[in-house]
Amino acid sequence: MGDFIQLIVSGTATGAIYALAALGFTLLWQAAGVINFAQGEFVMLPAFAMLAGMLFGLPLWLAFLLACVASAIVLGAGFKFGIVDPLIRHGVIPLVIATLGLSIAVKSIVRAGYSAEAFPLPSPFPSGQFSIAGINVSNSDIGTLVLAGAIVIGLQAFLNKTVTGRAMQAVAQNTDSARVLGIDVRRMVLYVFLINAVLAAVAALLITPTYLAKFDMGDSIGQKAFFAAIIGGFNQTRGALLGGVLIGVLENLVGYYVSPAYKEGVALVLFLAVILFRPEGLLGKAEERKV
Amino acid sequence: MNRTTRLFAALGLALAITPAFGQAPIKIVGLVELSGTGATSGTNFDNGVKLAVKEINAAGGILGRQVQYTSSDTQSNPGVAKALAQKAVDDGAYVVMGPVFSGSILVSMAETQRAEVPNFTGGEAASITQKGNPYVFRTSFTQTTAMPKVARYIKDSVKAKTVDLMWVNNDFGKGGRDMIIAALKAEGIAVGADISTDPGQVDFSSAVLKAKQSSGDALFVYTNEEESARALRELRKQGYAKPIIGETVLTSQKVIELAGDAANGAVAHVGLTADAPLPAIRKYDADFQREYKSRSDHNGLKGYSGMYIVKAITERIGKVDGKAFAAAMKGAKISAKDYPGVLMDVSFDQHGDIDRESFLTRVENGKQIVVQTLPPLGAK
Repeated sequence: MGDFIQLIVSGTATGAIYALAALGFTLLWQAAGVINFAQGEFVMLPAFAMLAGMLFGLPLWLAFLLACVASAIVLGAGFKFGIVDPLIRHGVIPLVIATLGLSIAVKSIVRAGYSAEAFPLPSPFPSGQFSIAGINVSNSDIGTLVLAGAIVIGLQAFLNKTVTGRAMQAVAQNTDSARVLGIDVRRMVLYVFLINAVLAAVAALLITPTYLAKFDMGDSIGQKAFFAAIIGGFNQTRGALLGGVLIGVLENLVGYYVSPAYKEGVALVLFLAVILFRPEGLLGKAEERKV
Repeated sequence: MNRTTRLFAALGLALAITPAFGQAPIKIVGLVELSGTGATSGTNFDNGVKLAVKEINAAGGILGRQVQYTSSDTQSNPGVAKALAQKAVDDGAYVVMGPVFSGSILVSMAETQRAEVPNFTGGEAASITQKGNPYVFRTSFTQTTAMPKVARYIKDSVKAKTVDLMWVNNDFGKGGRDMIIAALKAEGIAVGADISTDPGQVDFSSAVLKAKQSSGDALFVYTNEEESARALRELRKQGYAKPIIGETVLTSQKVIELAGDAANGAVAHVGLTADAPLPAIRKYDADFQREYKSRSDHNGLKGYSGMYIVKAITERIGKVDGKAFAAAMKGAKISAKDYPGVLMDVSFDQHGDIDRESFLTRVENGKQIVVQTLPPLGAK
């Protein structure tokens, strides 16, 4: 039983990181109708920004804060104004292709600048573990859960309890009605892009100590975040959380009770099952469109 | 003859006599993993070759000819490696260096064999030199040579009765697993948990939990660099306290750099290490750091010494001839006194397997420490 709980805790911690990246998928889709296939690279870039900061002697926390600012400017505002705004009027497909191209370009640039080797990033949490009722839990897993949980709860509170958050939700639900109500739609959409960029930076802080900073580290996390968003429901932020945690926990259980060789296939199997039997996702709502 | 005609005549004459004065460079092609799961290994190997080529050219080249080295990225993909091997042959390569990954060389070496082009590899899978290819040569030990040394250490020093295995599911890992199981059995040691992991695996939590729950007295980890670092981090994260033993990769500089404090205490047998207490290797280590601003791992040493073996054998046969080169490699012995670039005295057998001294290393305070120098197998 102790092993099972330990697997659940560590799987939830990993899943929480997937969820942070998956949240970006759902937020961008709801607010701007954008599917960002460079989401994994949006996690990879802040990791290298933190590494660059630490090369200049900055402590991790300061490097992280600067990475958040840089991420918001480049991956938030820069992405919106430079790529999304000029292409969005042409529909979803050109934008999807553009983000796929962006993903390849970003990887190539980082590889050219930093080489294809992996680089270590220190963990923001102290090493070691502690035991509760015979169950060993690492400081890192608890720290990840607490930080990711706090950010998700804070984000939900922001969206539900503040005027700006409600305005953002209104834009997500119906852009035209929001505009009629006097909401500055462009600004609200920009906020969503900024939030997505900062979430990606937090995911980078949490996942890079395990994944190691490497030009292609975004491939895996981007793919799992996309699956998590689909599994939970692409039009529900709560769905992204559920999808992320589900993948993290099931990967751990399959890795331990079946074989570590099969754990990478868990997200794909779940994704296929959801697409077949509940295409709107576990918590998603079916959307109707005129054709 | 007008002025223009005279000018063209002079140019034609100059072009015609050029080969007589300046010989064409010797083409060496590197097939290396510059991206994908083998990027760390391939980049180090490539840098080692490049450093050797730079030194060789500065010292006058080989047989008075400059060496022209070009490297291509196999993307850690055997299919790409095979296509690049074909291209290297078509481009007239004298010798091919790499790939480093066993899975890639096992596929690509058919092309160099067909064209009778000598091919040095960093791969360690035993099967590479068991296929009767007279043109393939190692730059490092085969698993058949290394694993018995590891098993003997586990029996004599660790005194383990049962050992758990964590290995990467590719040609390198599967070959190592089979060899260590045979070597442990020969020493009367049982195998406990047999844990397979994937190339490029990032999350080792369930694999480590399996090792923790096993009753083994020690854990043998046999994965590539990045995976080794992730495994060590997870082992420390979960408080694994039993001895962690490896072969070559586990205590390499790159793994130590990536794993940080988590690498402390790990022990491994290594064929080559930049920390070896030998003047030639110390010099190489300093030169490599000056050139690339990072420390070389064992793959860098493989590439560097491999390139100097090419120089030594070519000068021994006195001509640039792949067939004669391969013949001269059979049973060759090269002394580090005559060719300091080979770093240690080396010898090759009839299959292309290498023999030389090796080292037992332990990671202490983030540094690889050589705790014992082991003699070449042929010296016993």
